[in-house]
Amino acid sequence: MDKFTTHTGQVAPLRRSNVDTDQIIPAVYLKRVTKTGFEDGLFAEWREDEKFLLNQPEYQNATILVTGTEFGTGSSREHAVWALKDYGFKAVIAPRFGDIFRGNSLKNGLLTVELPEAAVEELWLRAELHPESEITVDLEACEVRAGDRTWGFEFDEFLRWRMMEGLDDVALTLRDEDKIAAFESNRDAWRPRTLPVQV
Amino acid sequence: MSPTPHESEGTEPRTLAQKVWDAHVVRTGGQQPDLLYIDLHLLHEVTSPQAFDGLRVAGRKVRRTDLTIATEDHNTPTDNLFTIADPTSRKQIETLRANCEEFGVRIHSLGDENQGVVHVVGPQLGLTQPGMTVVCGDSHTSTHGAFGSIAFGIGTSEVEHVLATQTLPQAKPKFMAVTVNGSLPEGVSAKDLILKVISITGTGGGKGHIVEYRGQAIEELSMEGRMTVCNMSIEWGAKAGMIAPDEKTYDYVKGRAHAPKGEEWDAAVEYWQTLKTDEGAVFDKEIVIDAASLSPFVTWGTNPGQGVELSGTVPAPEDFDDPIARTTAAGALEYMGLEAGTPMREIDVDVVFLGSCTNGRIEDLRTAAEVIKGRKVAEGVNMMVVPGSAKVREQAIAEGLDKVFIDAGADWRFAGCSMCLGMNPDQLTPGQRAASTSNRNFEGRQGKGGRTHLVSPAVAAATAVTGHLASPADL
Ligand code: SF4
Repeated sequence: MDKFTTHTGQVAPLRRSNVDTDQIIPAVYLKRVTKTGFEDGLFAEWREDEKFLLNQPEYQNATILVTGTEFGTGSSREHAVWALKDYGFKAVIAPRFGDIFRGNSLKNGLLTVELPEAAVEELWLRAELHPESEITVDLEACEVRAGDRTWGFEFDEFLRWRMMEGLDDVALTLRDEDKIAAFESNRDAWRPRTLPVQV
Repeated sequence: MSPTPHESEGTEPRTLAQKVWDAHVVRTGGQQPDLLYIDLHLLHEVTSPQAFDGLRVAGRKVRRTDLTIATEDHNTPTDNLFTIADPTSRKQIETLRANCEEFGVRIHSLGDENQGVVHVVGPQLGLTQPGMTVVCGDSHTSTHGAFGSIAFGIGTSEVEHVLATQTLPQAKPKFMAVTVNGSLPEGVSAKDLILKVISITGTGGGKGHIVEYRGQAIEELSMEGRMTVCNMSIEWGAKAGMIAPDEKTYDYVKGRAHAPKGEEWDAAVEYWQTLKTDEGAVFDKEIVIDAASLSPFVTWGTNPGQGVELSGTVPAPEDFDDPIARTTAAGALEYMGLEAGTPMREIDVDVVFLGSCTNGRIEDLRTAAEVIKGRKVAEGVNMMVVPGSAKVREQAIAEGLDKVFIDAGADWRFAGCSMCLGMNPDQLTPGQRAASTSNRNFEGRQGKGGRTHLVSPAVAAATAVTGHLASPADL
């Protein structure tokens, strides 16, 4: 996984809340068996409308998506994160995210930051008035900076460390293999197994 | 029998969810989240290919093939069993088959009697039991919580993690109770209840919580009804939904292929009986609902929280105090092509979809068949009946339900996810309106431009007959 410490870039102001993962990437794009190449599926239905945000020339270079609350709710599809990343987004800012989406994003090096509604509104206005202006999302300092404005954000210590180090979860867990084995040797005998049974 | 981890717990009163959580902690403390052991890992073709690929790249194996099982469901055709017309769908299914073969995972493929929607198959095989941890790369894994298990959906990276380690690091959730007092009135189902809950909480109300549904109305639900309730936990943002196991739960599990037998059964039941929230245990939050106040409930908008009584009318954006809810409502009305103030019963539909892991079990088919028996699907309405699994289909045929649907003019299909998510050819066309027993009414969920009203099986059947949203009482 790529390490993430800080990123500076332009903002795409997506004035919508309750953007579920079906909107981020419709199901028809989920049929691939690879982990990359999902950029064409990002907001696919909305992008057919030429007035849609991401079709505006001034937002072509945006790398930070700022959106309304409840972003990424719904289906667990990790493709939503891959699509955002493949399209070129490095960070998403919203007042609140769907749980599974948030977990997925941090496992894939896409930083998701929760800022209050008022901050999001301010970032939207800025990006609408000055699309070329850049903001900084700083995971080290847990801050979002835009011009002379700074907002702190909360971030779980462990997740932050993992993201900044770009660590793979599986390797991290396998350091405790002995504990897993010990747990397994103590499991109840009646716990079901999937092995075929005679009925 | 070896001593079990749960016997050593202290006497502090705990919630059901806490007990199950504690019994699965492999590692706790320090900076990292708890590492939970996973008892059952369900796989399907859509969210697993990249996970298997990850294992391959890292040279890892599936740690516990005996706790892992796969089925084909999301992409499968429902008009025939063997020809997957779309090449990308076919590729995904072939990839799953090849991965299962390579890694030694049991798979139920098209044509197999245990093929079907992953959340229907687990309970059907008796693999879902009380007090387990169950995960799957699908958000409706919460279904399995109906047995008193902690069950939740995971992303593809997590699928890879569970395949490799049979564990998952999980931050401790909060615990919530939804207590439904009294009995549901005649004609009000589990689906109506959960749609009502979501309309109260909104789509984010359960965030970060494992929810325990309890109270008389919940106890009175069948296992199928409990699964419907737990299934939709994710639609109000909850991490998982659970219901304490009782006699009904044991009866449902008993005798199934993977249920414990003999002495093991007794040992299991002894443990299962401890799986209830202790007197004095504290929930972080509680919602109390009076069952008697409920009536058939349907959605009007584009998220499952936008619902109203079937006897009600389409709301106006101004009805909402919260500015965000107001804008969302305005957008939803536009997408749905609805006028505020229209009685819900006057909304005509083009399609009725009966199926999915929410309402595609045998009891759901029976309920709908009872309503539709001797009647006809209205002119111009296409009703599609898609059993949740091949076995449900077989059982329905044995009971003659297929005939009831076919005689009424409905389209009787093979098992799969089908129009629940419109990944296979079962899709709405732009502008088409559906009454659907599935769980999501998102824009385009059931096909590009399609409009979805979430309903119960009884309402679906009555709607098919009248051509507009209706309940059996209207017939
Ligand atoms: S039936 Fe629908 S909700 Fe259930 S697993 Fe299939 S796609 Fe997901």
